Amino acid sequence: MATDLTSVTAPRTRRRRRRFSQLTGRDKRALFFMTGIPTLVHVVFVWIPTIATVILSFTKWDGLAPVSKIHFVGFKNYWQIFTVFKDDIYPALFNNATLLVFLFLGPTVLGIVLAYLLDKNIRGTAIYQGIYYFPVVLSLAVVGIIWKSVIYSPSQGLVNTVLGRTAEGHQTDWLGTQTKVFWLPGVEHSIGVGLSRNFAVILIAIAWRHAGYIMVLYLAGLKSVDPSLREAAAIDGCNEWQAFRRVVFPAMKPINIVVVVITIIEALRTFDIVAALNSPVGMQLTSLLVTRNLLGEGGGNVGRGSAYGVVLLLLCIGFIIWYVVNNFREESR
Amino acid sequence: MSSSARRSPSPTQVGFSALSRRQLLTGAAGAAGAAAFLAACGSSSKTSSPVTTKAAGDTATTKAAAAAGTTAAAAAAAGKATGSLTFGSNFSDEKPKAALQAMVDGFGNKNVKVAINTVDHNKYQENITNYLQQPDDVVSWFAGYRMRFFAAKGLVGDVSDVWKNLGELSDAFKKAATGDDGKQYFVPLYYYPWAVHYRKSLFADKGYKAPKTWDEFKALADKMKSDGVTPLAAANDGKWPQMGMFDQLNMRTNGYDFHVSLMAGKEKWTDDRVMNVFKHWQEILPLQQTGANGRTWQEGANALGKKEVGMYLLGTFVTSNFDPKKDATAQAIIDDIDFFNFPEIDPKIGADAVDAPIDGFMMAKSPKNADAAKELLGYIGTAAAQEAYLKIDPSSVAASGKASTSGYSALQKKSAEFVGSAKSIAQFLDRDTNPDFASNVMGDALAKFIENPSTIGDILKSVEEKKKAIFA
Repeated sequence: MATDLTSVTAPRTRRRRRRFSQLTGRDKRALFFMTGIPTLVHVVFVWIPTIATVILSFTKWDGLAPVSKIHFVGFKNYWQIFTVFKDDIYPALFNNATLLVFLFLGPTVLGIVLAYLLDKNIRGTAIYQGIYYFPVVLSLAVVGIIWKSVIYSPSQGLVNTVLGRTAEGHQTDWLGTQTKVFWLPGVEHSIGVGLSRNFAVILIAIAWRHAGYIMVLYLAGLKSVDPSLREAAAIDGCNEWQAFRRVVFPAMKPINIVVVVITIIEALRTFDIVAALNSPVGMQLTSLLVTRNLLGEGGGNVGRGSAYGVVLLLLCIGFIIWYVVNNFREESR
Repeated sequence: MSSSARRSPSPTQVGFSALSRRQLLTGAAGAAGAAAFLAACGSSSKTSSPVTTKAAGDTATTKAAAAAGTTAAAAAAAGKATGSLTFGSNFSDEKPKAALQAMVDGFGNKNVKVAINTVDHNKYQENITNYLQQPDDVVSWFAGYRMRFFAAKGLVGDVSDVWKNLGELSDAFKKAATGDDGKQYFVPLYYYPWAVHYRKSLFADKGYKAPKTWDEFKALADKMKSDGVTPLAAANDGKWPQMGMFDQLNMRTNGYDFHVSLMAGKEKWTDDRVMNVFKHWQEILPLQQTGANGRTWQEGANALGKKEVGMYLLGTFVTSNFDPKKDATAQAIIDDIDFFNFPEIDPKIGADAVDAPIDGFMMAKSPKNADAAKELLGYIGTAAAQEAYLKIDPSSVAASGKASTSGYSALQKKSAEFVGSAKSIAQFLDRDTNPDFASNVMGDALAKFIENPSTIGDILKSVEEKKKAIFA
């Protein structure tokens, strides 16, 4: 890592020095402050905590005792989370993966379709946009509470009312029931890896918000696509689908990258909606494992919590680096 | 967010004269408790600032002053503290919040300005570790392991001074407020027992009788079922309410000593004795409401209110779900609720162990206004303060032995007697064991059991492995 950094920075400074020569002293000072301060803030609030997390994941510490009491335990925390705590981490990873796949296949596609339709300047487009965008202004925690009390409440919720299942003894407990919709084949059931019904149900609430988010992003992108491209495609005899697939979609590449990255991050960092529902069993997520080991009454496992954090970090940056690198490689070809 | 707002009680003994020495040694800190006991006897130094409770105008205060000789004496010595004091409260539900405000309003020393900082109950607990590093001067908390845990880490202040003037609190409370080092770190406000609640009118109508033994209990439940009433309410949102069922079943099948030892991480969870607990639980699972995991305790209470269920194992705070100010029928429901002790399972073990947690307050490690904090805590430990609180939220029982019981409802009186006559007073699971183990392991394990009772073997195997990792 260290050697990488030096080899990358060395030529860069040289190049920068050449560019700087064209700038006045004032420009240089302005540039220094404009890039320097954000960089400093970024390093202090992002990189230092990240590196500290990685280091702490190899230690045992309760988060309270003086720093001198921290002692290193090697890979013990990692060994523990994948053996002793396997019925916590594997279901969490599976749920994060399910969420990722679902977000791409469901709300992301839906958001793109909505954006494409609303871009057609149909009548009342602003109203539709408002309706679809509305959930995005709510935090996921609020979304969770709304869906819990209005839609899924066993005794008063919309779903049970429509299904006629509100009477005592006949209620369906949508958010509490962790019965599996399917099990991940080949994994022992006692580890609990599979899609729980309550998690499947909460996916719908997440989709409600995510689709609007993607729609707005995509709509902004569509507005910036040169209309002459579409006209040209139409003259050349493309149908609607071909024009989108072959002309508009490739022209939207920068937005597509943003959408992919945002969707991956959303899928991996989802936390608030499940936390707001008091984290029922069946809805395990990696982010919840991090927080419940670091904070809270059961907190104070800085080592184990950090190890979960590192797993999450690797997943996040792993996915994103892989995607971005792939994309740029394609571009340079 | 009030859904799971009221979290469980804490492990503690609310004991009275009936407590034997053996029972004083509770929880993981059995040995430490003994040390605490001895140290508490010997500790004496530094004089404390006098407790203030000026019996000024306030109805509650006046009443208490009349009832309590010590309070009156303390009130004579005016409080010296001045300035402002911050008070961290997790009494976020409507009734407890108003009750706490009333209690603080009754604080006699008007030279101290108390600012109450209320945080949602669940959030408060989730952030407690961080919070205690920069806390308010006085903070809400629970007695027992949960308090000793933070005291041992040096996160809360020593209030042994205050205890010199708390003559109204029995020794049992003092022990419950004592840390591993023999000093006191906690001042109790109230306690409440866990028991099986039911509607008197329903029992009278249908001719049900409160069961004494497990067989009678099951027979009664079967009868309810055939009458079209769901026998047992079951809530588990927040993953704590069913811990009460585990506590009761374990104390009835294996006894108090085994329970304490199990909580301390000294027994194997794969032991046949633990399995036996879940075997008994499986016998009544079909008699419980289904879908417990998604149900809040309040929804369970509502089912009891509508007589959809016959019985409900919960703390006496179940009555606080019904608010006469909002609902005309609430008072009738509150008056109609009674409880019975969880039935005996094994005659050799008996049925004299109960869960009865204490809630109260601690002082910050280095409060900005220590004099005022101690004065306020001294006041909280008196009948005057506790009566002012219970007047508005009468779902528990005052810790002070001098508190007037004349304003108590029948249920409160029964609670006091019930706990007073219990031979062993246990702690609620999540207040009684390592917090990591309680909230990260047992909560999930019990929720999984309720969902898939047949997998209990695997669940307990996993609990045992995690226990070894956590208690290591």
